[in-house]
Amino acid sequence: MAFSGRLGAGPALGLGLGVLWLSLVVGLPIAAVVVTAAGGGAAGFADAVTSREALGTIELSVGAALAATVVNMVVGTLVAWVLVRDSFWGKRLLEVVIDVPFALPTIVAGLVLISLYGPQGPFGVNLVGTRQGVFLALLFVTLPFVVRSVQPVLMDMERDVEEAAASLGASGVTTFRRIVLPVIAPAVLSGAALAFARALGEYGSVILISGNLVGRTEVSSAYVLKQIEAGDQAGAAAVATVLLAVAIVVLVLLDVVQRQVARRG
Amino acid sequence: MDLNVMSRRRVFGLCGAVLAAAVGVAGCGGSGSTSGSGSSGSGAASATATATKLDIVGFSVIKSAYDALGAAFAGTPGGAGTTFKASYGASGAQSRAVIAGQKADVVAFSLQPDLDNVVKAGLVDPSWNAGPAKGVASRSVVVIAVRAGNPKGIKGWADLVRPGVGIVTADPGTSGSAKWNLLAAYGQALGATKDVAAAKTYLAGFVKNVVSWNESGRTATDAFVKGTGDVLISYENEAIAARAAGVGLDYVVPDTTVLIENPAAVTKSAPARAKDFLAFVESVDGQKILGSKGFRPVDDTVTISGVKGATDPANPFPKVANLITVDSLGGWKAVNALLFDTGKGLVPQLRA
Amino acid sequence: MADTVVVTSAVSGRGGAAAGVRRPAGGARGRAHRGRRTAARRVLRLIAVGYVVALVALPVVTIAWHTFAHGLGPVLDVLGGEDFLAAARLGAFVAVASVVINTVFGVGISILLARYRFPGRRLLNAVIDLPVSVSPVVIGVALVLVYGRTGWLGRGLEAHGVQIVFATPGIVLATVIVALPLVVREVVPVLEEAGIEQDQAAQSLGASAGQRFVRITLPTIRWALAYGVVLSLARSLGEFGAVRVVSGSVAGQSQTPTLFVNDSYAEFGPAAEQAGFTAAFALMLTSVVFIVLIAWLRPKERA
Repeated sequence: MAFSGRLGAGPALGLGLGVLWLSLVVGLPIAAVVVTAAGGGAAGFADAVTSREALGTIELSVGAALAATVVNMVVGTLVAWVLVRDSFWGKRLLEVVIDVPFALPTIVAGLVLISLYGPQGPFGVNLVGTRQGVFLALLFVTLPFVVRSVQPVLMDMERDVEEAAASLGASGVTTFRRIVLPVIAPAVLSGAALAFARALGEYGSVILISGNLVGRTEVSSAYVLKQIEAGDQAGAAAVATVLLAVAIVVLVLLDVVQRQVARRG
Repeated sequence: MDLNVMSRRRVFGLCGAVLAAAVGVAGCGGSGSTSGSGSSGSGAASATATATKLDIVGFSVIKSAYDALGAAFAGTPGGAGTTFKASYGASGAQSRAVIAGQKADVVAFSLQPDLDNVVKAGLVDPSWNAGPAKGVASRSVVVIAVRAGNPKGIKGWADLVRPGVGIVTADPGTSGSAKWNLLAAYGQALGATKDVAAAKTYLAGFVKNVVSWNESGRTATDAFVKGTGDVLISYENEAIAARAAGVGLDYVVPDTTVLIENPAAVTKSAPARAKDFLAFVESVDGQKILGSKGFRPVDDTVTISGVKGATDPANPFPKVANLITVDSLGGWKAVNALLFDTGKGLVPQLRA
Repeated sequence: MADTVVVTSAVSGRGGAAAGVRRPAGGARGRAHRGRRTAARRVLRLIAVGYVVALVALPVVTIAWHTFAHGLGPVLDVLGGEDFLAAARLGAFVAVASVVINTVFGVGISILLARYRFPGRRLLNAVIDLPVSVSPVVIGVALVLVYGRTGWLGRGLEAHGVQIVFATPGIVLATVIVALPLVVREVVPVLEEAGIEQDQAAQSLGASAGQRFVRITLPTIRWALAYGVVLSLARSLGEFGAVRVVSGSVAGQSQTPTLFVNDSYAEFGPAAEQAGFTAAFALMLTSVVFIVLIAWLRPKERA
């Protein structure tokens, strides 16, 4: 892995262009959110973020995202395991189906969920306006992250250590806990970080089934949208900034984890 | 290795095909749209019909009404060749969108302040409401919609503040419908004696029972239809439209409620045809079409009957015993300051 | 007893102990062991399949069912309808435009990131990764704050007659942002792994930068690039939250397919419901095509 080192004139120009582009497209917009949020002053910011409704949405979004991430960390790892280590008829189909939440437009996912788990659903279960409905929607959209993160690591793992443990009498659980888990842990965490960030900001798939009940099922993204449409730019920006801060924390976590993996590998 | 190369080529080809298809679909659509959104109508196109496109920006519940109005207008000799492009959403949000640059030839909002803001932004001539109709294009009243059969036995405003009654409404920050709703809730509690304390108490109980503040009048109806809450506060025309579409709900026209007046105007940059269209909307024919969609006529001499979806289609718009108007409460400026302005308004305070 | 087994070899996957003991447990205890393993395996399999089916497969089947509940006729009516076609055209245009932009800038930035060291490299990486972790609604709001009529840059642009928000450029911009990292994240690792010896060799033999790019760099990143492009296409076509904020959703004009689904859902009546489900089904079909491509390309880009 060699690097060309310092930049020559050509690459420097390219870098300048790249930086300009990223500033226009990412840097400036994000900065505008933070600055607008601060525009109301510290008191204004605190007011906007601690109003009963805003706090409720932040609490719901963070809580539901966390819950969905934790569940999908466990089940995602399980699914990855089954995909890599097991073989059965239909496995190839399962493999493809897992990518659906990645590629399906969020509003379509929302429509799908409400058709199935809403008032006209075939199961007679109505999750509209419930926190379970919100949780379910977030489970849907975050499913592939941990699976796709863990899969390559599992695939690359050599089995001989596990087989050695097995031959020495270790149960499957112990083998998993002491041999496999340490190897896949960074991948599980990095997938979980991506899943959490995605779930935190999710809008399209949640908005239909949530019913937008204030204090119960209103998610932060819906609140931000409502405030910007109500002309309350500072208030919307304030809550958006809080979401942004949480997302950045997640990114930093991801960076640290990835560096740990690099050090180990 | 050959197999690898072959399958690679196939995949490459597939990728290329998908991209080409996407580009093809994107490119092969020339503008060539000769009929507008749902309101298509070449109708009795006279030889001198000039194709004009009108951009309508309207509040959330009037889509089907304006679709019908547009189709009918395009069928008239004066409107032949007119096509429409329209956007519908929460009144306040739409007003801000127009000010922020959304193209509009005809603007139709839920309440006058939303139109006043557009006038202030210099996009509509200040004389928009100088005509005989005073700029009002449609009317309605605030009603209480309940589940089919009225299982909770809601008879009027007093029942709404009972414990356990979940109210669904729109959010006054974005929606005009919400403002009418809350105005009605407050106004009816004032009573003949203008008892401000009683009204404030009632409003507090009302806000407490709200389970869902929705972005627009339409999304509020959607939430209610999908199972949220026990009652929906909305326009009479919205309840009628829902029932006409087969939604299972009933509505109660309270003894005391607010008269809703929706303004519409033409923007400064609009073609002349837009004025003709607006005139058509305000004409008797236009009012009849609006009536068939559940709106009360602006002109009291026009009688509407046979309205699909009304509780009694033959007598769709029962007289309200106590009809409150905004003016009787001091006009919108006073009402906004009292109820809705951030910080000092009653409603934001109650929700804080 | 199993718990006392201590495995001392290194647990890194790559450096696994070559001298692993391979004596499989024999006899009755071995059979019981394997029996337990099979039962456990079946349970795991059941959970995994059940979870994925309940969560993903079933909802997808539901859409097809709702779409065709009244036969093929209504579906074709919607697909041939004016508004849907306009939405499809806009969606395709926006997706292709956003992917082209992201590919051009993405490859360029990938080359910079993979081959050079410069101050702020880590920050650049973080900025590129940011859109994936930010709510699409927040991205839309951010765009309005900068490019809206009263926004930081929007003010100046409006004076020159350039409109971004509530117009197609805004929709393209929003879509570009949400899909920004996808190409870069796929291409950079491949470039880093490939190294620059070939490139330097070609340079010393007199190849121009253009030649080096076309004949060395591009072939190296070919599959990773294809994978990233398909991911971006899927993401771009499916964008909803950001577009919801920046577009006026004028039917037949600034309404993307996802907005079409949303607006149809908001309308009453069977016609609107049919329109919404049909559009959702069409979007789902294109997603399936993308998914198949993604599944096909994935092992190749890792190879």
